[in-house]
Amino acid sequence: MSTPDTDELEKGTSLGHDAWLRLRKNRLAVAGGLLLVAIALLCLIGPALSPYGYEADNLQLGAAPPSLSHWMGTDYNGRDLFTRVMVGGRVSFAVGLAATAVSLLIGVLYGAIAGYLGGRTDMLLMRIVDILYALPFTIFVILLLTLFGRNFVLLFVAIGAVEWLTMARIVRGQVMGLKKQEFVEACVAIGMSRRRIILRHLVPNTLGPVVVYVTLTVPSVMLLEAFLSFLGLGVQPPMSSWGILIGDGARAMEVNPWLLVFPGLLFSLTLFALNALGDGLRDALDVRGAKD
Amino acid sequence: MLKFILRRLFFEALPTLFVIATLTFFMVRLAPGGPFSREKQVSAEVQRRLDAYYGLDKPLVVQYGRYLANVARGDLGPSFKHATESVNSLIARAFPVSLELGLWALLFAIVTGIGAGIVASLRPNTWTDAGPMTLAMAGICLPSFVLGPLLLLLFGLTLGWVNVAGWNTAGDRILPAITLGAGYAAYLARLTRAGMRDILSQDFIRTARAKGLSPTRVILVHALKGGLLPSVSFLGPAVAGLITGTFVVESIFQIPGLGQIIVNAAFNRDYFLILGAVVFIGFVMIVMNLLVDVAQALMNPRLRLGE
Repeated sequence: MSTPDTDELEKGTSLGHDAWLRLRKNRLAVAGGLLLVAIALLCLIGPALSPYGYEADNLQLGAAPPSLSHWMGTDYNGRDLFTRVMVGGRVSFAVGLAATAVSLLIGVLYGAIAGYLGGRTDMLLMRIVDILYALPFTIFVILLLTLFGRNFVLLFVAIGAVEWLTMARIVRGQVMGLKKQEFVEACVAIGMSRRRIILRHLVPNTLGPVVVYVTLTVPSVMLLEAFLSFLGLGVQPPMSSWGILIGDGARAMEVNPWLLVFPGLLFSLTLFALNALGDGLRDALDVRGAKD
Repeated sequence: MLKFILRRLFFEALPTLFVIATLTFFMVRLAPGGPFSREKQVSAEVQRRLDAYYGLDKPLVVQYGRYLANVARGDLGPSFKHATESVNSLIARAFPVSLELGLWALLFAIVTGIGAGIVASLRPNTWTDAGPMTLAMAGICLPSFVLGPLLLLLFGLTLGWVNVAGWNTAGDRILPAITLGAGYAAYLARLTRAGMRDILSQDFIRTARAKGLSPTRVILVHALKGGLLPSVSFLGPAVAGLITGTFVVESIFQIPGLGQIIVNAAFNRDYFLILGAVVFIGFVMIVMNLLVDVAQALMNPRLRLGE
């Protein structure tokens, strides 16, 4: 069957390619994706191009409204807001991605193991997830930060540890469907170890729903980080993050409303981009419909 | 039905509460530095008496047993910073405020969210669909800590229609309720629209229309019953979230509710208070989830049979 047209046929019917075509037709998702790339690039290389440091005070200038030299104005210490917003974006994205990576790692492995082993092990593992689900997690994170100090690494470990539960449920459901299929039987028949079956054959097949859920986890993690930083419990000054900037802006808005408007706008745009992309991916990969 | 409730109570609610109490207890006791290291050095005698007062001179297991017994009786202990008040009385004073705020927000979310969802579902892909749905997207992307200050800036400071802070007059309820409810309203709008679209395309709706029923009756009586199902299952967890998730809104509008107490306790390192608040909120959430489960089981008999 190694005629040239099998190649073409496969290209035409590949699931990934199909999904890509559907995604490209979704204007909102494409706009979200482009916006996301633009904001991420801005945060990544922007601070290097800016003539101001994010901690550089200019006390003579003080809080100045937006102008040609300071596009988003300056804060009470005369620090350039545009630079601070871009640096804050780096921190927010870093927390978002790192915490999502933690939740991805725990959730996928946990869900895959529970789903593949099944039976009593599965029941026990999912029972634990159910109980953890019912915990008031926001307060748990606050408690953790109170007890162990407000530090950056702990922040995303705590958030990641909160966010893995849904991932575990999704992956388990997928794996339960997959393990009944012939290719898994074939793996067992050739004597492959369980570990290898799970890691090499089952986990890669859950990629669709996992990708979708990741794009929806990143904004919820960024929200949680900003929420904690807004309350003063997350990232600590003089470090900048969108939550801190919005919090500072909210306290100064009577006199200097731009301090609230610009970080808030950029944060909301980022959330919009991630949500639009996530929704688009879900439709394109047809996650709900893809039962087996 | 009774069996269903009892099963939920003994196999889900109580174990969860037990896990919450245990986790928080050991987290507090095993934290580096511990809850009782102070900036100010006190004499050995004072330290001993304090330890005896809080029961800290006993072995950890005994402390844990006592703590569990107290929680079971509903006694959350003394506050570490507010020496004259118990955690119970602090929570009793703050919780009604958060509860009221949560209920106003819920009302706002249900009325605007479901209303917008229904309107949007009637004429898909026209401006009466795109308008509410764009607003809903904005509601999802504007977190409360951005929306709240912006509303305050516009209606409180610039227009001067409402007070900037406080929780005294009826007008003080408006902005916090909108801020807290906006995100939920947005989700409800999207769920309602999806649910209604699903139902409106079914045969029995066509039949109802063919019978010559008025469009209002078809929508409000026939379609809404099924169209609201996704929203109802979303509302369960949402109610718990609304009542217990008021941190940011209370901090923005300076409302003396439970959220403020918890955030202040976190800053003051008032461990007993935060521990008590976690257990209390866990309890509220469990009760809420139980009520929602029962309500759903009443509406949908299939759920009662179990997995």
